[in-house]
Amino acid sequence: MKKIIIAGFLAAIIIAVFISPFASKHPDGLEKVAEDKGFLQKGEGKELFNAPVPDYSMPGIKHETIAGSIAGATGVILVFALAYGIGFCVKSKGRKVERSKKKLT
Amino acid sequence: MHIPDGFLDTKTWVALTAVSGTAIAVSLKQTGKTLGEKQVPVMGITAAFIFAAQMINFPVAGGTSGHFMGGVLAAILLGPYTALLVMATVLIIQCLIFQDGGVTALGANIFNMGIIGAFGGYFIFSVLRKFLKNDKGFFVSAFAAAWLSIVIAAAACSLELSISGTVPLKTSLIAMTGVHALIGIGEGLITVAVLSFIKKTRPDLLES
Repeated sequence: MKKIIIAGFLAAIIIAVFISPFASKHPDGLEKVAEDKGFLQKGEGKELFNAPVPDYSMPGIKHETIAGSIAGATGVILVFALAYGIGFCVKSKGRKVERSKKKLT
Repeated sequence: MHIPDGFLDTKTWVALTAVSGTAIAVSLKQTGKTLGEKQVPVMGITAAFIFAAQMINFPVAGGTSGHFMGGVLAAILLGPYTALLVMATVLIIQCLIFQDGGVTALGANIFNMGIIGAFGGYFIFSVLRKFLKNDKGFFVSAFAAAWLSIVIAAAACSLELSISGTVPLKTSLIAMTGVHALIGIGEGLITVAVLSFIKKTRPDLLES
């Protein structure tokens, strides 16, 4: 089990750090439709707050690719921690045995 | 297809926030009943992988790009309730840390990509599996569910924008579903590729 956790985590980090610089810079489906149909401006300046790492680019780092890669790695770690944490809290309400019992029947 | 702030009016985003909030509460409860000790790290890894994969926009026709969504993959691996929690985790971090998707639109984005992706996608997958039983049927069902989940999510997004008075349904529906019918092919291919990799290396993860 440990192996797959490490392998899976590394795969996510590799995708976020080394493959993300090659991602297409074109607008996504919704953005493109908003542009074509003329409602893109409805979202401009409407953000409720300024996120710490806007647009997957770590602020304060001049090199664009590196800023993106660091942002990606940060996101992978945060998402992993939050999802793991939610799972840990939810399951720890004490049903350790139940699932393995179910499998036997 | 992350909706930014400003695209949805108050009644629409409040309603969708309520729906998604309820779905998350139900999913937390259901996950508590079924999530085994060993599945906790799988939940973390699935979320991390989906986040990373969502960063990779691939080009589709006409100067547009799309990216993997992951709802169906998560649901096949972990069941729909845990999958919704995984999708919500990814969308919450994207929204709060990376400004990808608006805060007011978070409920709508969880509805489109989480509820439609995980619950809707898993439902389609389960129905198809009744008719397509062997290994090949497993992958065909996964591909179809993944593709459909993207197209239905795009249609839901169009509907939400029209209810909000942002853009008429007839203007956006064909454009949105059309471009996402292409993006959905990528969704189906990635879903099948990851599932076949897991089936080869860790088939036990797909047993339940």
